[in-house]
Amino acid sequence: MPNKTFFWFFLPTGLVMILFIGLPIISTGIQSFYAQHDQVVKEVKKCDPFGCTVSIVVDQEATSILRDEKPLGKFNGFGTYVDRNHLAIEQISDFWKETETFGEFINQVTNLPFYKALLFTLTYCLFVTPNVLLLGFIIALSLNAISRKIRGPLIFGTILPMIVTPLVGSLVLFWMIDAEGIIGANLQLMMEDPYLSLKSSRTLTWITIIIYGIWHHSPFAFVVFYAALQTVPQEPVEAAIIDGASRYQRIRHIVLPHIYPVVTFVALISLMDNFRVFEPIIGFSAEGSAQSLSWLIYDNLVNEEVILFGSAAATSMMTIIGIAILLAPVLIRTWKEFRTAR
Amino acid sequence: MEYGLDKRSNALKTFNTTFIIIWLLIACFPFIWTFWGSFKVRADFFSRADWWYAISAFNTLLETGGQFTSKAYSEAWTEGEFWRASRNTIIVTVFVVSISLFLGTLGAYALSRSTERYAFWILIAALIFRAMPHITLVSGYLFPFFELQIWGILPTTIVVLVAINQPFTLWLLYSFFKTVPKELDESALIDGCSYFQAFRYIIMPVMWPGVITAGLFSLMLAYNDFTVTALLLNQENHTMVPKIQSYLGTNQHEGNLMWAVSAVVSATAPLFMLVMFFQRQVISGLTTGAVKG
Repeated sequence: MPNKTFFWFFLPTGLVMILFIGLPIISTGIQSFYAQHDQVVKEVKKCDPFGCTVSIVVDQEATSILRDEKPLGKFNGFGTYVDRNHLAIEQISDFWKETETFGEFINQVTNLPFYKALLFTLTYCLFVTPNVLLLGFIIALSLNAISRKIRGPLIFGTILPMIVTPLVGSLVLFWMIDAEGIIGANLQLMMEDPYLSLKSSRTLTWITIIIYGIWHHSPFAFVVFYAALQTVPQEPVEAAIIDGASRYQRIRHIVLPHIYPVVTFVALISLMDNFRVFEPIIGFSAEGSAQSLSWLIYDNLVNEEVILFGSAAATSMMTIIGIAILLAPVLIRTWKEFRTAR
Repeated sequence: MEYGLDKRSNALKTFNTTFIIIWLLIACFPFIWTFWGSFKVRADFFSRADWWYAISAFNTLLETGGQFTSKAYSEAWTEGEFWRASRNTIIVTVFVVSISLFLGTLGAYALSRSTERYAFWILIAALIFRAMPHITLVSGYLFPFFELQIWGILPTTIVVLVAINQPFTLWLLYSFFKTVPKELDESALIDGCSYFQAFRYIIMPVMWPGVITAGLFSLMLAYNDFTVTALLLNQENHTMVPKIQSYLGTNQHEGNLMWAVSAVVSATAPLFMLVMFFQRQVISGLTTGAVKG
């Protein structure tokens, strides 16, 4: 296809992507260097028969004029990045000096909002991704062994958790797991602890959200693995059976190597999706004990008084850097393959 | 894989069947339970006293005189203005699907027929864009949209959702277009067609399966989106998912949690029907990129 034709065919989609994905990233980058204005204060002198007092009040008019003139806020450089709500450089060096043991230091650091959210996001990725791969693979193997006639409805049932939006999926589970729901109430009965509830402990909340994540993402891994299993050639498998290979050996040495590229694909996609975990936290009303990076941004953007554009943008930029680190190995590999292919 | 040589033991078969049944229970029961509970009153579905009430309908009988009640539905749809949210969802979904397919087919066709190196890099860039968390993009939109005064209205959200959707649509349609033999449009070009004519009259007619799959995924994204719609639309223009969330926040203390339950069922039912209908396309869509790539 000539370059000119390519250009006209690609122009609409390219334009949309540049305007609404490329530019916003740049806009986020710029916003992250600004912070909202401080309120303008003025001294008011009040005099009464007993003398004069000077009090400091907020000058509403001047504040709003300032906000209208420079809506982006004041230039803050990397100030937002290093403040207490983000990288908290100062606090960390203080903790380093003050705390005596390393465990205590880690404890203090992970109480800072950004690190708390980072810890949860990474824990979530670390537990959900491998389990999703494993469960998806087992379901695919298992369904593959079932008679072809009834597979259709079974597949439909299996992919249900994936097609609902995360908010709805987590709500549906939350209503069962909550103390007043069917599972929560029965757990209380079984454990003989009337105060046992999801919100009562941080660990329980984290476990619930991780279980939700596995429930929600496994169907995706299942679908991809299931399709890949259909393409496994029959001859080597039959040869292995004749040679007396056990079921486990066949899976380990024939099926797995064949679908290996697909495994990396699923791992990559699910890692990308897990890193932006956000809706389940709202669905489970777990803001108190579990916060993710995406949730921090959301929280800044729905702030009641002033929307904290700068703070949200700084967290966004660091999230993007996190994504870049996750994607780097894949990109480097693709580039190498591309270079050798040429 | 039903190997002729592979004799499964009975124990293994039983184990396999049990596992599938347990998994299906885990996957489907929450939805069945929510559907069942949406026809009860709050005191039954969220029972403090005894969870069995949700099945025996103790309070539902007391309050309404019947085993089932559709009170939550009628209230949410009228008083809760869920009708408005579903109307907005329909508008957003229809526009997002048609615009993304239009842009996506053009772009993906060009990518699949180009032998230049930049086509490869565009696909890689699309993959990186696909990885961006939506909330980081939203934090980039909000400020410019406020300044341009285009925040809160449906068209802005539609364009944003189309853009967010493009990377995935491009990848999906690209792999579908790759399966259409090049000779088909090359012969049309020799016969004197322009590229656009070849695309429109030769390629598109054989592309319907791919277009349906891509359309379904755009639909699911637009229909299910929470991040973009919750933050870029004003209260009045909210679609279904942010509406459900607003029921949670405002009504939990007023005892209208049942609105959210019935709204969840109302929003999920059409999606399930659709997927039941197009199951084959959904699965082929998820696998084309993976298995061939």
